[in-house]
Amino acid sequence: MKQDYHDFNTLLLHGSSDRDPLTGGLSTPIYQVSTFHRDSDKPSKYDYSRSANPTRDVLEDHIAQLEMGIQGFAFSSGMAAISTILLLFSPGDHLVVSKDIYGGAYRLFTQVFNQWQLEVDFVDITNTEEIKTAIKDNTKGIYFEILSNPFLRVADLKTIVDICKQNNLVSIVDNTFLPPYYCRPLEFGADIVLHSATKFLNGHSDVIAGVSAVNCPNLAKRLAFLQNAIGAVLGPQDSWLLLRGMKTLGIRLERQTKSAEEIAKWLSEQPWIKKLYYSGLASHPGKEILDNISSGPGMIITFEVKDSVTKENLMKKLSLPAVAVSLGAVESILTHPATMSHAGMPEEVREAQGITDRIFRFSVGLEHPLDLMNDFSNSIS
Amino acid sequence: MKNLDILTELAQLGNKLDPTGAVSFPIYHSATYAHPELGKSTGYDYSRTANPTRSVLESAIANLERGCKGLAFASGLAGITTVLSLFKQGDHLIVTEDLYGGTFRLFEQIYKEFGISATYVDTSDNDLITQAILPTTKAIFCETPTNPVMRIADIKGISKIARFHGLLTIVDNTFLTPFLQRPLELGADIVVHSATKYLGGHNDVVAGLVVTNSEILAERLSFLQNALGTILGPQDCWLLLRGLKTLGLRMERQQQNSIVIAAWLSNHPLVDQVFYPGLPHHPGYEVQHAQAAGPGAIISFSLKNKDDITKVLKKVKLISFAESLGGVESLITYPFIQTHADIPQETREKIGINERVLRLSVGIESIQDLLEDLNQALES
Repeated sequence: MKQDYHDFNTLLLHGSSDRDPLTGGLSTPIYQVSTFHRDSDKPSKYDYSRSANPTRDVLEDHIAQLEMGIQGFAFSSGMAAISTILLLFSPGDHLVVSKDIYGGAYRLFTQVFNQWQLEVDFVDITNTEEIKTAIKDNTKGIYFEILSNPFLRVADLKTIVDICKQNNLVSIVDNTFLPPYYCRPLEFGADIVLHSATKFLNGHSDVIAGVSAVNCPNLAKRLAFLQNAIGAVLGPQDSWLLLRGMKTLGIRLERQTKSAEEIAKWLSEQPWIKKLYYSGLASHPGKEILDNISSGPGMIITFEVKDSVTKENLMKKLSLPAVAVSLGAVESILTHPATMSHAGMPEEVREAQGITDRIFRFSVGLEHPLDLMNDFSNSIS
Repeated sequence: MKNLDILTELAQLGNKLDPTGAVSFPIYHSATYAHPELGKSTGYDYSRTANPTRSVLESAIANLERGCKGLAFASGLAGITTVLSLFKQGDHLIVTEDLYGGTFRLFEQIYKEFGISATYVDTSDNDLITQAILPTTKAIFCETPTNPVMRIADIKGISKIARFHGLLTIVDNTFLTPFLQRPLELGADIVVHSATKYLGGHNDVVAGLVVTNSEILAERLSFLQNALGTILGPQDCWLLLRGLKTLGLRMERQQQNSIVIAAWLSNHPLVDQVFYPGLPHHPGYEVQHAQAAGPGAIISFSLKNKDDITKVLKKVKLISFAESLGGVESLITYPFIQTHADIPQETREKIGINERVLRLSVGIESIQDLLEDLNQALES
């Protein structure tokens, strides 16, 4: 990091994407181009945009900087990032994976990579003993999310990284729910961090993208090879939009966190709420662990409604939040995991995790908290 | 209206689909879509799974290739990666030996490790293909014409062999595009494109397109596209749609120019061999003539003296020394160190990619200017 900056907000604006070296332009030019003329007198790193594109480069450098890594990568989606990273492993390799992961990642493990003999054991990532027991001779890595989806269970990043180092495993962290503004896994020794940049990083519900960063030169080299070989890269326009979206990451998160704290407190007092999950509440299990690795609690609130609530009415009457998949945007979004984010998990597996159809996940946006609270009240009555 | 000429189809792509009447289809940047209520959807939920702008592009290429389903990817290789994900450990494919180096790299450095093996043959020879079939073979993957020596594969013949043995036929149709050749109509099951090339046509989009005419394959490929997330973003989809509108006009001009240039090169004292499917003595000329509406616009040629290579690449003024092909600007590449650098030396030699071969992607510049540029570059 340009370590002299006092605040991450400064880094967000004045990191790699600061200025166009050629014109001084404050916005990175969009290199909407596929191929580059080669001048034998002036060798250049650019020959074909799948391999390297100047706009995507700025984004990738910026991500590396924000995550305190040595190299960043941008992909066509969060899933493309995960797919490319999983190709680091070989048939017969074993991974210990959190069972609380996003449904799309679960699908990849159980319905795609299984056909190439990538073995997986799903564990309760908050249970250190269970993780250790799951490690076998052919285990090569541990894959998890720090804040689980949707119950925000906290994974003890430091402990898991220790386990990985002791057993020579690669730690892969999907930190979509906790942007680098708050938490930087590489700082604590994790090997690979990835994001669905579609969510908080971009923040405007208008780009599908995935990003990743690493700290180890060997991993960087192998991932760069895979990114180029597979070619699931992020296009220049989307790269530029993502750079643009990230400029306000800090202030968006600050505001969203503040609102989330207020709304979580209010929701927990409502009679129609059976149970509330918010990683900013003092009573949230794992809060201490989270406070040790993250300077902020997160902006997602998950709640379970009582049987008396007609879910369909709730979703129909709510006017401000969009009833939709995704999260992290400037607009509030209410998701129904059982039929949306976790539809990729078989029903038995979902139910076993407690993801029943009375569970809702609320991504707090930038609307005034009072407006959101009124909206909820009106929809319930 | 059915049976419109392809030029009409192309000009009208994406038209009359938006409720506002917009003749250029809007770019749907949205990542997510609001549900009208719980359990109901507008048909769009999350752009990785489906995006309206991408849908229009995907339908367009499906129609152009006469398939039932089109899919758009972040790059040609992302498309091929997704297609190859149809296969499991233990599966075997028969593959064109002189195929694009990036595809070769996928087979040899990634999928081989996953237990998917390949036998590389000269796919311009149907007998060699048949001989390579094993009990574990699942598909034949070929390019035609090949890169860069323009070997011609008999798509109809190969598809028949494949069908007889219960195999899939996958054809990389990047070089000719559906304007000139439609593999699905000739019996193939899946066609793939680096849309970066002719389909986009302006050297400004990196993208891949895949089409199939099988409902079963369509379902599995859609699943994989969504699961792997190797999608093309909406801006790039729109740019591709835009580029496609002039595909016919561009290819006509490019091909016209190529025919003249190929003949000119054939008579040049510094040139040894010319590889162009439009030259009557080119091996596979009849097959090409039967299965495609034209020979295309890529010409490879070898110089008699390898020392002339550096000189030529430096002297071309109009033609750019750059990777890629198919765009409106003429490009020249040196396969030995560029596109085929990843292919082992013995294979390169076997298929005739030596240090004297250059590949020319002919653009839409005026033929006089192109000939003048080549003339001064090839001056001894």
